[in-house]
Amino acid sequence: MTDTTATDPIRLHKQLDRIWSTAPGFGRLSAVNHTIVGRRFIVTAFVFFGIGGILAMLIRAQLATPRSAFLGPEIYNQVFTMHGTAMMFLFAIPLFEGLAMYLLPKMLGARDMAFPRLSAYGYWCYVFGGSMLIIGLVLGLAPDGGWFMYTPLSSRTYTPGINADIWLIGITFVEISALSAAIEIIVTIFKLRAPGMSLDKMPLFAWYMLVTAFMMLFGFPPLIVGSVLLEIERAFDLPFFDPARGGDPLLWQHLFWLFGHPEVYIIFLPAAGVMSTVLPVLARREIIGYIWIVVSIVAMAFLSFGLWVHHMFTVGIPHLALAFFSAASTAVAFPTAVQFFAWIGTLASGRPQLKLPMLFLLGFFFVFAMGGLTGVMLAIVPFNWQVHDTHFVVAHLHYVLVGGFIFPMLAAAYYWLPHFSGRSPRHSLGITAFWLIFVGFNLTFLIMHLTGLLGMPRRIYTYDDAAGWEWLNLVSSIGSFVMAIGFALFTVDIVLQVTMGRRAKRNPWGAKTLEWATAMPPPTYNFASLPSVTSRTPLTESGGKSDNLAIDLARGQGYLGFVRDGRLETLGVEITSGRLEQVVRLPNSTFIPLFTAMITGVFFVSVLLKFYLVAAIGFVVTIAMLLMWTRGWGDRADRGLMSVGLGEEAPPHTEVTGAPSNWAMTLGLFANGTAYASLAFGMLFLWVVAPNWPPPVLLDPSVLASALAVVGLAAAAFAAARSVAPAALARAPQRELWLAVAGAGHGAALAGFVVLMTAVPDPTRHAYLAATFVLLAYVALHAALGVVFAAYGIVRSRAGYVSALRSLDLRIGAQWHRYTAAIGLIALLLIHGLPRVMGS
Amino acid sequence: MSTLDTAGPAAASIASLWWVMLIGATLIFTFVMSLLALTFFRPGIGRGTPVAWWLVGGGLAFPAVVLTPLLIYALWSGERLFPTGDPAVAQVDVVARQWEWTFTYRNATGGAVRSSNTLHIQAGQPVQLNITSTDVIHAFWVPRLAGKIDAIPGHVTVLQLKADTPGVYRGLCAEFCGVAHLEMQFAVEAHEAGAFDAVIGGLPPATPDVNAPRGRP
Repeated sequence: MTDTTATDPIRLHKQLDRIWSTAPGFGRLSAVNHTIVGRRFIVTAFVFFGIGGILAMLIRAQLATPRSAFLGPEIYNQVFTMHGTAMMFLFAIPLFEGLAMYLLPKMLGARDMAFPRLSAYGYWCYVFGGSMLIIGLVLGLAPDGGWFMYTPLSSRTYTPGINADIWLIGITFVEISALSAAIEIIVTIFKLRAPGMSLDKMPLFAWYMLVTAFMMLFGFPPLIVGSVLLEIERAFDLPFFDPARGGDPLLWQHLFWLFGHPEVYIIFLPAAGVMSTVLPVLARREIIGYIWIVVSIVAMAFLSFGLWVHHMFTVGIPHLALAFFSAASTAVAFPTAVQFFAWIGTLASGRPQLKLPMLFLLGFFFVFAMGGLTGVMLAIVPFNWQVHDTHFVVAHLHYVLVGGFIFPMLAAAYYWLPHFSGRSPRHSLGITAFWLIFVGFNLTFLIMHLTGLLGMPRRIYTYDDAAGWEWLNLVSSIGSFVMAIGFALFTVDIVLQVTMGRRAKRNPWGAKTLEWATAMPPPTYNFASLPSVTSRTPLTESGGKSDNLAIDLARGQGYLGFVRDGRLETLGVEITSGRLEQVVRLPNSTFIPLFTAMITGVFFVSVLLKFYLVAAIGFVVTIAMLLMWTRGWGDRADRGLMSVGLGEEAPPHTEVTGAPSNWAMTLGLFANGTAYASLAFGMLFLWVVAPNWPPPVLLDPSVLASALAVVGLAAAAFAAARSVAPAALARAPQRELWLAVAGAGHGAALAGFVVLMTAVPDPTRHAYLAATFVLLAYVALHAALGVVFAAYGIVRSRAGYVSALRSLDLRIGAQWHRYTAAIGLIALLLIHGLPRVMGS
Repeated sequence: MSTLDTAGPAAASIASLWWVMLIGATLIFTFVMSLLALTFFRPGIGRGTPVAWWLVGGGLAFPAVVLTPLLIYALWSGERLFPTGDPAVAQVDVVARQWEWTFTYRNATGGAVRSSNTLHIQAGQPVQLNITSTDVIHAFWVPRLAGKIDAIPGHVTVLQLKADTPGVYRGLCAEFCGVAHLEMQFAVEAHEAGAFDAVIGGLPPATPDVNAPRGRP
């Protein structure tokens, strides 16, 4: 043990930096550090923003004059589809993910995110998936059915080319990064905080990100399920959306907007988090209504999942449902208004400074307020019938998204740039950039409301001069180019500031959150020692002057102000109280996330090119590589309590019940369960709503195969529970036997499911057969993975990573086994029960 | 094509809804922006204001006072726009396909006639449209007469339409439906009673494939 009690900050820095740093040159590709990966997410997102912006300019160039011959409909349809897709999936979500990754550990007083390798893996998935879409665009094969891909237009009959497949597969690839980021953000906020930081002392930004991440966890699975089903329909002709064979195009709309509406709040909440963080600092007082804000964020999250139908007011749904969704949609105004007035009240009772980030915050107020008001208008059903799918909606959504996301994010860029770069501006072009963006934006979109009211639908590539839309479109196009110049100037300004700015002084805004206690730019390990937190304004704690806390920490006078066994360590806390609970060991930089993402890419590209054998190999290798991440990772002997400095002790994360990875599995299963529920919902929805039901044949699934599956699943769940019982954990042969039983149980269940699947006659005939087949395939895959995880548990046990104290690996596995048993039994219940209940 | 230059009761009702909401939204927007401006021009103006005023007053009471009457008004006016289901109302079956609209009129004797891309109606009389699609999703929209409704394969949606005076009203497909989406336009011709009968009488008989739409509502 090279425990040092160094009070020499330079020596401590060298010791820490040696183990936390990433190698130069090609070694950079092995980076897993949250500061580096977060920065990469942000920069990459802005590159995609540039691409999306160029597409927007093509749109406005085309629409500037009537009967323009600039772009034909084929190109124009690709351009507007890719504009929406890039801005939503490749810009907005990755940008706030990057910001969260960069900021959260620093704000919470930790040294990294909970799963650094997962961050890196997610980043590569994002880059590769996004590149697939951009390559498609360059080759003229980009998706062209609109960014919400309505079926049957996106079905094979009406979009026979590869275009729609590129969207479905590329976006699903990118969504891996969204789901992994969601899990990682939740676990980091739950567990990796400075001791003493109870939930009610967390910075508001962390609350916003926590709720956002939960929304992603439940919002993305329906989209992924919808995309997978549509791809299966396109590739293998299993009908889910084809009304002639019992499918329903409305199922796609429900699955899409079940994701798509929360998505709007998923994008807004991180930006609101920036508002709640930056605004009080520049108003020089604490924010008012902390608890009110937290409650309204949570309320927004719940409401947003009950609103998706307001994108479907014109599909002919029943009156009562219309009234309900209309009222629920307007109800979002309450939590929005609470936050809005909390911000205004904070400004009113503080001493606001009109600095550059504040200018962008004011831009937010102006633009977002207007977007919110038109949002209430759109929630009013009769009005919605008129303006739905017109340029009024285009104007509204840009007011909401640009106002509610881009303005706060530009404020964030200027506010945190000194932290990122260690530099502050010499002369800022930022003020000019702000006015160009602000004026250009309103010029483009304010009158576009009128264009829509005058009857111009969205997504038409040209118009004639009889409609009276010419001058409106010309003004919008001019405005959009003014705005584009503003964004170009912003980019130049940021580059100038990063390369030539003055050295910034520490904490230039006088903020009170912990990220300003690091050096600027931050060292690889964030804090040389970790603080103990007793209030919401930790920077004011240490003697009342922020520099003191920063210096104390740099001198190693907090927790973990030393290097132990060359390991990367940070602290884990109990979720609500923030009480010290565990020492979390984090991984060093490694190439394995990059390689795993490449193999995952092989899987997705093979699916796209219909090389299914290669795809299957890619899938298996991806799983194998993910398991390889744990090689040599863990302890072969019990360590017990370890000193963390300041006279306190805590066990390593491998020896506690609430380890981060255990939480990750729980959350992953939440997402998985949501996907499964979406699938089951789809089957029920079709049965109740779709045309051409009941199906031509009702299945009578084999009782023998079903019984085999039930027994197998029950055995797996039971054995898994036994394997982590104290008695079994203490004795290797016993726990390995139970794991073998669990594996065998899954094997039996798998056999049962496969028999049931092969008994489904030609699933291309009807949606009922197709849905039954896919439901069984879903649980069969889980049973197959159950075999793998049981075997993996045995391997870990044999290798000495398991003891009565170190049961983490087995408990993670046990979660999977129990979950698989549950969804397997539900599947059997559905395939046996539904024909009996619904068929009669 | 303007939704504000109305020629039928449905569009007129929605247009007045719009003007009411526009005035309300302008007042709210001006109020909020003025508050915001005050916080900069009169710094510390809210220092004596209790926190609850902002949160309860601004966050809860304010939207409640604005939204409740709006919702009631909207539900009341929206309810009158739904099809009445009155059997006396004339019915037309509308079938959308890439990229054409077909209108089938059933007459009292059980026969049916059809027209393509032009819908004939009698001015001053409501007509109920039963709308479906045979391929992808389209949307039926005549901005000067009423709001839009989707044409969805496998489903039938219903829209009630009335033109106050004779004339020709432009209609279009409002849901993106492929490469010729823009060309999928149609006309609604509203005729005087006598002229209407003559026009319908002159239409060709409907071929079986575009008869009554099938599917679940």
